[in-house]
Amino acid sequence: MPLNRRTVLLGLAAVGGVSAVNVGAFLGAGGWFTPDTLTTSRFVDRFEQVFGKHDGFRRNHAKGVSAAGVFTSNGAGTALSRAALFQRGTTPVTARFSISGGMPTVADANSTVRGLAVLFHLPDGAQWRTAMVNVPVFTDRVPQGFYERLLATQPVPGTGKPDPAKVAAFLAKYPETARAMAVISKSPPSSGLYNSPFHGLNAFRFTNSAGDTVPVRWTMMPEEPSQPMGAGAAPGKDYLFDALVAKVMQGPVHWRFLITVGEPGDPTNDATTAWPANRRQVEVGTLTIDSLQTEAPGNARDVNFDPTVLPDGIALSDDPLLAARSAVYAQSYQRRTREPHRPSEVQVGQQPSGPRITKVDHEQ
Amino acid sequence: MSSEPTPTTTPSATPAPVRFTRVARLLHWTMAVMVVAILFIGAFMVTSVGDFRFLVTVHEPLGIAILLFVLVRIGWRLTHTPPPLPPGMVRLDRLAAKYSERLLYALLLVQPLIGWAMVSASGEPIVLFGSLYLPHIAPQNITLFADLLRAHIAAAYLLYLTFAAHLAGVLVHTIVIRDRVLDRMAFWRAPGYGSEAPPR
Repeated sequence: MPLNRRTVLLGLAAVGGVSAVNVGAFLGAGGWFTPDTLTTSRFVDRFEQVFGKHDGFRRNHAKGVSAAGVFTSNGAGTALSRAALFQRGTTPVTARFSISGGMPTVADANSTVRGLAVLFHLPDGAQWRTAMVNVPVFTDRVPQGFYERLLATQPVPGTGKPDPAKVAAFLAKYPETARAMAVISKSPPSSGLYNSPFHGLNAFRFTNSAGDTVPVRWTMMPEEPSQPMGAGAAPGKDYLFDALVAKVMQGPVHWRFLITVGEPGDPTNDATTAWPANRRQVEVGTLTIDSLQTEAPGNARDVNFDPTVLPDGIALSDDPLLAARSAVYAQSYQRRTREPHRPSEVQVGQQPSGPRITKVDHEQ
Repeated sequence: MSSEPTPTTTPSATPAPVRFTRVARLLHWTMAVMVVAILFIGAFMVTSVGDFRFLVTVHEPLGIAILLFVLVRIGWRLTHTPPPLPPGMVRLDRLAAKYSERLLYALLLVQPLIGWAMVSASGEPIVLFGSLYLPHIAPQNITLFADLLRAHIAAAYLLYLTFAAHLAGVLVHTIVIRDRVLDRMAFWRAPGYGSEAPPR
C-alpha cells in the first residue's frame, strides 16, 4: 500500500488517539479526573487540614508510647479460631498506647479517645495486628462519615469548640453518630491508660479447625481496678502517659482478652452499634505489658497497626471501616516514613532492668 | 482470522520472515496482560479507600508471578535468537527497539524485587493466597522502606511510560509504516510468517 501524506497523518492520529486513551485511563485510575471522589490521599489530607501537618508522626493517634510484653493464651480460644495465638502458650507482642487526634504534642485530656494497638508475633512470621480504643462503640459507621466528622467537629479558633451549627448538620446527616455518642457518654473514661478497657469495635470472623465460622468482636479488659477520674490537682500535660509509665515501672500490667461471639442477625457492618449484652464472651488469655519505650526506630513507632493484617483463622467481616482503615493507615505510614522524625512527646525514663520479652526487629 | 491455508512459498527477493518462537510469543502476551493489569491495579489501589486491601492481595501475587515469568523469559531470550527486525527499519528505530527491550526486561525484573523488599522493610508479612508466607528479603527499617517506596513509585511510572512508548511504537510501525513488525509476535495467521526463529 502506498505511503502518502494522508495515510501517514491518519495513522499517526490513530496512534496518538490510542496513546491518549491509554494514558488517560492510567491517570483516571489514579483519580486525576475525579476530584470529588474520596481518595485515600484526600482522606489523609483531611487529617492534616484539621490537625496540622506534623512530620514523621501518624496522622491520627499521633501521640503515643511504645510497649512490649506477652500474650498468654489459656487455650479456650481454639474452640473459636484455629489461629496459633489461641493455642495454650505465650506469644510476644509489640504494642502502643496512644490518644486520638493528629497532634503529637497535644495535652492529655479525659475525654480524648485512648488507643491500644497490639502486634502479636505468631510463629513462622505470621502476625495479627489490632488497634483498639477505649470507647464502647465507634462514632462512625462508614468512612465518609468519619471524613466529614473530622471537619464538622474541628474546634473554631474563637471559642476553641466546634461550630454547633456544623455539628448539628453533621449529626442530622449521620444519626448513627448521635446514637453512638449517647452510648459513649454513658461509660465515662477510667482514671488512666493502665486501667482502661480497649475494644476492637469492628466485627471479624473466626474460623476454628473444624471449619466453623462465627462473627466476633473483642475487648481487652483491665485487671487494674477501673476507677473514674477523681477531681484532684491540675494534672500535668502528659498525665495519662506519666501514670502509665509509673505503673509499668512498678510491675507488669495485665488485661484479660475477651472474645464476644455474635449470633445470626447481629450486625457485622456497623461499629456504631453494640451487640446485645447477653452475647457469649470467651476469655482466651491475658495480655501482659511489662515494658514501655520512648518511640524510636525499630519499636512500635515503625509499625503500621493495620487491623487487616490477620493470621489464618481470623478474617475480615463486611464492616466498611476495615478496608478504609487499611487504606488510610497505609497512606499515613507512607507519608510519615518519608518525612524527617522528631522526638516524641512521651519520654520514658530509666526503667528497672528486666528481661526484654521481644523487640520488633526479631522478625526475619 | 483467515482460515485459508498458509500460502505456499512464493518466490521472493527477500528471505522469508520469521516469528518469535511459540514460547516467546506465549510469554510475551501472558506477561503483557499481567503487566498492564498490575500497573492499572497499582494506580487504582493507592487511591481507593474501599478496595485497597483487596487489591493488595491481588497485586502481591501478581507481582511475584511476573517476577517468575520474567526470569523464565530472560532465560529463553538468552538461549534463542529473536527474528530479525523488518528490513528498511531506520537506525534510530533499531536502537530504540534494542534498548527499550532491555529496559523492559530490567524493569520487569527489578520492580517486583523492589516491591517485595519494600513490604519486607515495613515488617508486614507477605502472604499469598491467604496462607503462603514469603520470606522477608530486606531488614525491617522505615528509612529503607521509604527509599524503596520512592523507588517503587518511580519504577512504576517508568515502566508505564516504557509500555506506552512500546505500544505507540508498534502501532506506528503497524498502521503508518506498515512493515508488519507486529506479525513477528502474532498468533494469528500472517501470510508468509510460518516458521519460528531457530534455537541459538
